[in-house]
Amino acid sequence: MSKFLKRSAQGAQVPHEKRTSNLETVKMPLPSRIVLSMGQHIGAPAAPAVAKGDQVFVGTVVGKAGGFVSSDIHSGVSGTVDSIITITAPNGAPQTAVVIIPDKEQKVDPAVVPPTVTDLKSFQDAVRASGLVGLGGAGFPTAVKLSPKNLDEIDTLVINGAECEPYITSDNRCFLEDTQYIMDGIQAVMKYLEIPKCIIGIEANKPEAIAKMKSVASAGIEVKELPCRYPQGAEKVLIENCTGREVPFPGLPSDVGVVVMNVTSVAFVGKYLATGMPLTTKRLTVDGDIVKEPKNVEVIIGTPVQELIDFCGGFTEEPGKVLYGGPMMGNCIADLSQPILKNNNAVLAFSRKASELPKATNCIHCGRCTNACPLGLSAKEIVQAYNDGNVELLIELNADLCMSCGTCSFVCPAKRPLAPSIALAKIMMKNGGKK
Amino acid sequence: MDNKLIVTAAPHITSGDSTQKIMGRVCLALVPTLVASIIIFGVNSLILTAVTVGACVFFEWVYCKLMGREIPIADFSAVVTGLLLAFNMPATLPWWMAIVGAFIAIVIIKQLFGGLGYNFANPAIVARISLAVGFGAKMSAYPLPENGVDALSSATPLAVAGELGAGDYVTLLLGQHGGVLGETCAITILIGGVYLIATKVISPMIPVTYLATVAVLSLCFGMDPVVQLLSGGLMLGAFFMATDYVTSPTTDKGKLVAGIFLGVVTMLIRRFGNMNEGVSFAILLMNLITPYIEVNTRQAKLGIAKKKEAAAK
Repeated sequence: MSKFLKRSAQGAQVPHEKRTSNLETVKMPLPSRIVLSMGQHIGAPAAPAVAKGDQVFVGTVVGKAGGFVSSDIHSGVSGTVDSIITITAPNGAPQTAVVIIPDKEQKVDPAVVPPTVTDLKSFQDAVRASGLVGLGGAGFPTAVKLSPKNLDEIDTLVINGAECEPYITSDNRCFLEDTQYIMDGIQAVMKYLEIPKCIIGIEANKPEAIAKMKSVASAGIEVKELPCRYPQGAEKVLIENCTGREVPFPGLPSDVGVVVMNVTSVAFVGKYLATGMPLTTKRLTVDGDIVKEPKNVEVIIGTPVQELIDFCGGFTEEPGKVLYGGPMMGNCIADLSQPILKNNNAVLAFSRKASELPKATNCIHCGRCTNACPLGLSAKEIVQAYNDGNVELLIELNADLCMSCGTCSFVCPAKRPLAPSIALAKIMMKNGGKK
Repeated sequence: MDNKLIVTAAPHITSGDSTQKIMGRVCLALVPTLVASIIIFGVNSLILTAVTVGACVFFEWVYCKLMGREIPIADFSAVVTGLLLAFNMPATLPWWMAIVGAFIAIVIIKQLFGGLGYNFANPAIVARISLAVGFGAKMSAYPLPENGVDALSSATPLAVAGELGAGDYVTLLLGQHGGVLGETCAITILIGGVYLIATKVISPMIPVTYLATVAVLSLCFGMDPVVQLLSGGLMLGAFFMATDYVTSPTTDKGKLVAGIFLGVVTMLIRRFGNMNEGVSFAILLMNLITPYIEVNTRQAKLGIAKKKEAAAK
């Protein structure tokens, strides 16, 4: 009862739409070209390490990390560098990209050999060299995440397998198809970072994945069934539900002794330690009301969205929106020549009818946004303060705590675009009052 | 490229619920009570309700038309106000008074303050209080069920509560006594209230804490709690009027405070005042302090240390 009065944090009952959950992953054939963006992660963009006309192989570094919080970018094909161009990143900013035309031989770079890992340092170096970034969507360089300053205080590894976004089933497929790699990855992280305990959090709508992981879980590894309430997979929500700890703001999970990794990321760690093949492919769910053949596809990073859609039978009608990621937090793709990025876990396409949101009407102060917010924020008050230009109130309301999960917008019966308004409010806070 | 894709900020889907559906459910929840009032007071109840609802919708339409605003009558909020207002009138009230009430509710309280979502108090409550003050005799001329629409001024059970025995509980539950349309039959109000809670239109917090406070205080004051709970406008007020979104707090903590406040004010008026409108005044007062309750009962935000704790560090 006291917890209930403190913060209701009900979340939202979003539709599941997981119709691809039983579809085994299929490998997409080589695309006609790949476009490797130098900004596929949080942090400094990578710098092109190749020039026009250079010969590259599968696993060759084509982008060198631009700093500590950055990541290398590797080619997923053997072929020739066609050009270095500027593309528009999903956030609208220009980004350098390397275009490679495959020679269809798929020769592997001789540098690709399983890494020699003996201690923490060599483990972190290996993860850094693999080009791994948070594959749940954030794209935070994993090597940085695995180098917390207070390593001896970390006692729990949380594996995020909530997959709370509608439609997406790529994590579910990962649990079922890459079970051994997941276990290898978890054990490696636990061993080298000396973390005694691991909790794998999976939403209850993936019973097969839960059963499978329970059957293989070894000592110190617990599988936790999470309720189907969006956003279970939001880092802070997941940590609270799995460990009962609240990540302070501002702060990081490591402040409460936790490291969180997405299941696909940890599976990749296991695979990389065994093969030495850097991150060059990604499992994606391709779905939406106008995709002819929804699929789970293993696709080479850099493949243009258009070719991926063609592989899935194309569209049944003119697309309205095409998204990177799920419908709650995904970004719109401006045109189909855009490439697949490391941190994509789905490409969803919707008809014009499904894309158009209903018109916003007056706020009726029902309080659903407040009671649904997983972080206990009051969306209606934040938006009102933003409209009034009241920065002081925005600070008092902790508008900057918002993680843009979209729950408030989803539950609003008046269909008000609360989450985008809060995103603008955060910018206003940073600018000290200017819209 | 001729194939232009839509680019908007996330999220890209919304829930199936809407303002219209919520208001529709409130209307549906009021239907059993309307039926009960027709059975108890005769067809005049239905006519009075139709006149009040019609007037509310008409005033909303005319005002928005004249002001060049979008006509919001499809959201059913004026229908809800009309139903609640009618339920606060005795079946014998002249129609023109009901229309005056509708004007006060819709034009003065709702639209002049900015329309749906901007009213500072519950329109139906203010209209009821205005009518009670302005047309006191007609508003408290409660017809007795046996006499149907032939007005016979009588006391509401509250006024004679001291003379009621335990055998009268059933009468109170079924509403076979004098009163306004919507506050006599406790059972149908409960049915509607439970429906609203079950469909998550309202949270049980305000009704439960309101009724509990009334029960506890009536024991303290040496009054019969069952009579206090079942008579007057308490049931209708607790489930349908105090839970109005716009004029009540949004957090559970805020609703708890509001419910206790309502109970205390209602019982103080009933014990020490001499008016029949205890519930109405309690709700109006709660509406007025809602902004203050709201800013002082915000939820604890995840990972944000309370000021005291932060200072201690």
